[in-house]
Amino acid sequence: MAIQGDILSWPNRFAHLARQSNDERLRAFYNAGVQLPDTPVSEARFVALDFETTGLNHETDDIVSVGLVPFDARRAYCRDAKHWILKPATPLHEESVVVHQITHSQVREAPDLDTILAELLASLAGRVIVVHYRHIERPFFNQALMQRLGEGIEFPLIDTMALEHRIETNRLTWWQQIKRQPIPSIRLADSRKRYGLPYYIAHHALSDALATAELLQAQLQHHYTSQTELKALWM
Amino acid sequence: MQIEHFEIMQFLSAHPPFNELPDSAVQQLASEVEVGYYRAGSEILHYGESISNLYVVRAGSVEVYRRNGELYNRISEGGLFGQRGLLTNRKVRFPVMALEDTLVYCIPVGLFEAFCDEHEAFADFFEADDSGGLIQAVSDQADNNDLTTAKVKTLLLRELVSVELTRSIRDAAKLMTEEQVSALLIYDPSKPVSDDPEDDDGQIVGILSDKDLRIKVVAEDLDTNQPVATIMTRELTIVDSNAYVFEAMMMMLRDNLHHLPVVHKRRPIGVIALSDILRYESQSSLLFVKGIMEQQSVEDLAHYAQSLASVFVRLVNEDANSHMVGTAMSVIGRAIKQRLLELAEDELGAPPVPYCFIALGSMARDEQLIVTDQDNALILDDTFESDKHDSYFSALAKFVCDGLAQCGYKLCDGGIMATNPQWRLRACEWQAQFEDWMDNPKPEALLHSSIFFDLDGVYGHTQLASRLSELVAKKAKIAPRFLAAMANNALRRTPPLGFFKDFVLEQDGEHKHSLNIKRRGTAPLSDLVRVHALAIGSRKQNSFERLEDIKEAQLLPPGKVEDLEAALEYIATIRIRHQARKIEQGKHPDNNILPKRLSEFEQRNLKEAFAVLDKAQSYLKIRYQNKAILK
Repeated sequence: MAIQGDILSWPNRFAHLARQSNDERLRAFYNAGVQLPDTPVSEARFVALDFETTGLNHETDDIVSVGLVPFDARRAYCRDAKHWILKPATPLHEESVVVHQITHSQVREAPDLDTILAELLASLAGRVIVVHYRHIERPFFNQALMQRLGEGIEFPLIDTMALEHRIETNRLTWWQQIKRQPIPSIRLADSRKRYGLPYYIAHHALSDALATAELLQAQLQHHYTSQTELKALWM
Repeated sequence: MQIEHFEIMQFLSAHPPFNELPDSAVQQLASEVEVGYYRAGSEILHYGESISNLYVVRAGSVEVYRRNGELYNRISEGGLFGQRGLLTNRKVRFPVMALEDTLVYCIPVGLFEAFCDEHEAFADFFEADDSGGLIQAVSDQADNNDLTTAKVKTLLLRELVSVELTRSIRDAAKLMTEEQVSALLIYDPSKPVSDDPEDDDGQIVGILSDKDLRIKVVAEDLDTNQPVATIMTRELTIVDSNAYVFEAMMMMLRDNLHHLPVVHKRRPIGVIALSDILRYESQSSLLFVKGIMEQQSVEDLAHYAQSLASVFVRLVNEDANSHMVGTAMSVIGRAIKQRLLELAEDELGAPPVPYCFIALGSMARDEQLIVTDQDNALILDDTFESDKHDSYFSALAKFVCDGLAQCGYKLCDGGIMATNPQWRLRACEWQAQFEDWMDNPKPEALLHSSIFFDLDGVYGHTQLASRLSELVAKKAKIAPRFLAAMANNALRRTPPLGFFKDFVLEQDGEHKHSLNIKRRGTAPLSDLVRVHALAIGSRKQNSFERLEDIKEAQLLPPGKVEDLEAALEYIATIRIRHQARKIEQGKHPDNNILPKRLSEFEQRNLKEAFAVLDKAQSYLKIRYQNKAILK
């Protein structure tokens, strides 16, 4: 998968992908465009996205639930939130059931990603996707679509974990950095605690998405200005 | 697809009033909230902005402020804010700041209202809220507080209790005890009932209070088999059930009454006690007046009067309207004069002849504010003989005027004070003086004395003052030359609007770029209203009450009185707020406002109010001056 190094090219990349794609739903997603890199965060439209999966390997595992919450710098909009439980292409492992507590009987009756893809992509279209730990959602999403449509998906995203890493690293003194002093935990729940955000049950796609949205709002207020441009945050 | 926000649902269902709602309702709430994060120290709600959410604190804490910056409440996890604004005019009434990093759930107003309609327990929660009577406030369409909007009838919680005048004092006392009332109305069944039901006074002839039992019965060892008629008070001061609570309060304070019969179309329907009003009076201008009466020396009084400024600021911050602030300040000023006169009589002995101490100008109009001169005079009984009695009244006047100065009321530059022998006249001399002013109106003389046309008896034989007002009311309306001269006076001060309807400001001196809102606004307006009031023989003194009489007399073209009322209220409010802000900043209050400090909205409204004054002055010129020339 091509991850764009040159952030300025995201709008061009989307235009290109819209022409290339064979799937109508993906074309609509790309045609909705991408927020411009110089958009100030106070005007940006975000959507927090979280997947629960059957395991950690995107090559062999699949998505079992999706949660998303649209938001902006001021508000998260629960009325436009979405949550699906999906039937994965690979079987559920016992250990993953322990983590996300989605059971075999639930997934037996669940739809395949393909049937909800149009609605999912429509909810993401035109917004900057925000996740906590970027090595899940983008590769899994890409892989799942490869399997089903024969083509993947690309998009810019903001990773609140990466931001938190950057923030906590910057807090260290030069000497602490030389000594490779460890930074505090940047897991979702631990990061939230530093901003006075309440504890939410982890590993529920919708809760995690809302938790991620709130975390970015807090990070923006504490460490950035309303004029910070998107290109300083996304990757 | 129904989304289940477990986190939000779980939280809401653990906190009142949401714990009273069925699960389906909580689920609906959770799926419609918006979530917001506020860093510690950031502003969540700004005074006056529109509000469309009820806020629930999910984590952290917030502080709620009054408009003057005073802390009102601190709300932590599970607490609510914003309901007051939602229930009144959907404007933020209490600004809110995040004390800690705070996460809030915002519930849309539509859902909040729907839940108040559908779930009684939910609605009750907001009604019982400590800010009080919120649901009531909605129907009152109130941006005002209770004192300005509540009517006297809302204080009546029980039926009228009355007794026949032939019953014994003991029976009356028993009835009062049984009914737990501190006053009874007394009726005379032999008194003829008027044919006109509008005129039916319920045969009420007097009132009896606890105090009468104490003073007239117990202390005098009076036989309690005597009929109540022997001890009842026959002169009744009554209040209409549609009067505002603050008007009733002012009546009681003025005349030192503890009970006031309430009438509906003249028929008594109950009695309110001072204590009923105390419950309503949120802050202490009432208690302040009681305190004045308890001061034992001029020094004590002067010391006590220092907190007058804070009473004023409190009233303003409680959104009292200008009529109310003006009345409260005048009642306080009057009380100070009354107490000074009592102290003077204690020191100088009883007066050798009856007299009346009168207030003039803004105090007489119930329009006094915080920056004010003392304008006063003495009316002496016709039996007054200068060589025998004047030393007493000269000393009395000096005692009171010096005392007033110590209490913060500046001596009058124009010398209109009782210390000036020119303004210490016998009743017949005053009468002659007023007749002369009206018969031979010389604009220069009236310039100086127009202040006398707002007069009010403060202490002593106040009927001496009433007789003068009566004379003026009767005579002025048939004296066109006098009205023309008064109109001419009223036109001396013009509103500060230039040709292009922009503010005309001071160009130099201490008050550069400011405008004097009293000299260019409230004063010319009250001058103008006075001329119209004199022209129709109104005996009212307050400008707003005069305007009511003017409306009733249909003296002005339709809509003009309403325009004047609005203009007067607007200009007076700007002036009052300006003074309150100055006091809060620790500065000396004045009347010089800087228009550029006002918001554009306020500037626009103020210009419009001045434009109303401008038009009204043109009308005044045509109406009174031309007539005078024709005569």
